[in-house]
Amino acid sequence: MKSLLKVLDTGKILISDGAWGTLLQGRGLQPGECPELWNISHRTDVLSIARSYVDAGADIILTNSFGGSPSKLKHYELDDRTAEINQAAAAISREASGEKGFVLGSMGPTGVILMMGEVPEETLYEGFCIQAKALEKGGVDGLCIETMSALDEACLAVRAVKESTSLEIACTFTFERTVSGDFRTMMGVSPSEIVGALIEAGADIIGTNCGNGFDGMIDIVKEIRQIDSKIPVLVHANAGKPVVQDGKTVFPETPEMMAAKVDKLIHVGANIIGGCCGTTPDHIRALTKAIVH
Amino acid sequence: MSELIEKIGICVERGKVNKASPFPPDMKGLDGADEYTKLAIEAKTSADAILQACNDGMQRVGEKFGKNLVFVPELLMAAKAMHAVMAHLKPFFQSGTVKTKGTFILGTVAGDLHDIGKNLVSMVIEGNGWKVIDLGVDVKAPRFIQKISENPGCVVGLSALLTTTIANMANTIKEIKTTSPTTKVIVGGAPLTAGSAQEMGADGYARDPQAAVALLNSIGVS
Repeated sequence: MKSLLKVLDTGKILISDGAWGTLLQGRGLQPGECPELWNISHRTDVLSIARSYVDAGADIILTNSFGGSPSKLKHYELDDRTAEINQAAAAISREASGEKGFVLGSMGPTGVILMMGEVPEETLYEGFCIQAKALEKGGVDGLCIETMSALDEACLAVRAVKESTSLEIACTFTFERTVSGDFRTMMGVSPSEIVGALIEAGADIIGTNCGNGFDGMIDIVKEIRQIDSKIPVLVHANAGKPVVQDGKTVFPETPEMMAAKVDKLIHVGANIIGGCCGTTPDHIRALTKAIVH
Repeated sequence: MSELIEKIGICVERGKVNKASPFPPDMKGLDGADEYTKLAIEAKTSADAILQACNDGMQRVGEKFGKNLVFVPELLMAAKAMHAVMAHLKPFFQSGTVKTKGTFILGTVAGDLHDIGKNLVSMVIEGNGWKVIDLGVDVKAPRFIQKISENPGCVVGLSALLTTTIANMANTIKEIKTTSPTTKVIVGGAPLTAGSAQEMGADGYARDPQAAVALLNSIGVS
């Protein structure tokens, strides 16, 4: 099996993909529709999106399975199809990437707050296992547990993946700048707090996604690097914070603006760089070019 | 009696639900909102005074949340403590001894399944003395419109987390305003700014739950 860690060990900076949700909408995904069901109902569309990132030069692409946990799929009464939907997601990205590219299976938060005690830990653990095993079966090289905000849920997900698959695991958190200027997740977790906890749970790659453009991400990576200089760090940045113009959501950072800051992000210690909300294949193409130079 | 009232306020602010609750760690083993409210009612403290203490406690924790001094877990626990108080006050609301400030109809807009932010807003606003009707997640415009017609004079709150659902929020506002032009609509959520809220025709934007309370109390009380 291919190892992302081995490639990272050579010191190579890898480029990951950009946003999927907005591209799905561009292809007709309606509000209230389950994006993950498109892996089955609109396979060709999802495959085209995956291919657009491979064509843009991404070394790594993710899968259309962010909301593929049983607790999220339950809203659409699709929880009994969790394995089928996730396996399909993995197979699509595998097909797009071919054998040489890397595919990371996306796993998002369940929306459950464990500390409230309303849903038992075992239920979430079991859900993560089902999703991870299906993504592995579909052909991913590793998993990316992303957009996390609570340490207990993230560590539970990492452990579930570790114990149910043989895949390499990335786990990224979403931080926001607080009034005082430092970064915290909505649950109050700081970048430095995730490092030890995630490594102990079994994560191979840690990092941050969503919530910030490159400027914020640079500060977050700096904080992570103060705690650990070795662990590979993944960054999936937004194209800035969205603004509404003429009733449409617009992300202010252009591909050129993002590409201009990529050197700084590498300099502070990022190893894998890609996009989140508002980024497109053009952003990824610009990042790829910037890194080659 | 005033000592009990003060303790209820502190328990709500700190999220101390009852004696059995281990949260917050420094209040472990002590009585909580549940026990103190029971005692206060037994001591014939007025329901209004208890509610006020509860409101004040929620306001204090809401302000701390707005300043990022506490985060979602602390606010959730405060709301849980508030609900413990409210459970004892229910008969007073039912008999009309205590009145709500108005009705607030809240939901996450179509296409968005995120409810944590919405739930926090719901709890803090309820803690401020409003009747809250929570329509849940992925709420389409007709559902809001139906509830508005059933609750004349209500204020509507729309929540969104996904950047991709901001457009649905704008459409929901448009549809509400078309059928019910006088209904006030306020919005909040991570991808929004005051500018984008204004752009989409909202009557107000709140960056955090306590700001939503202030906004509601300034525009919504008839």
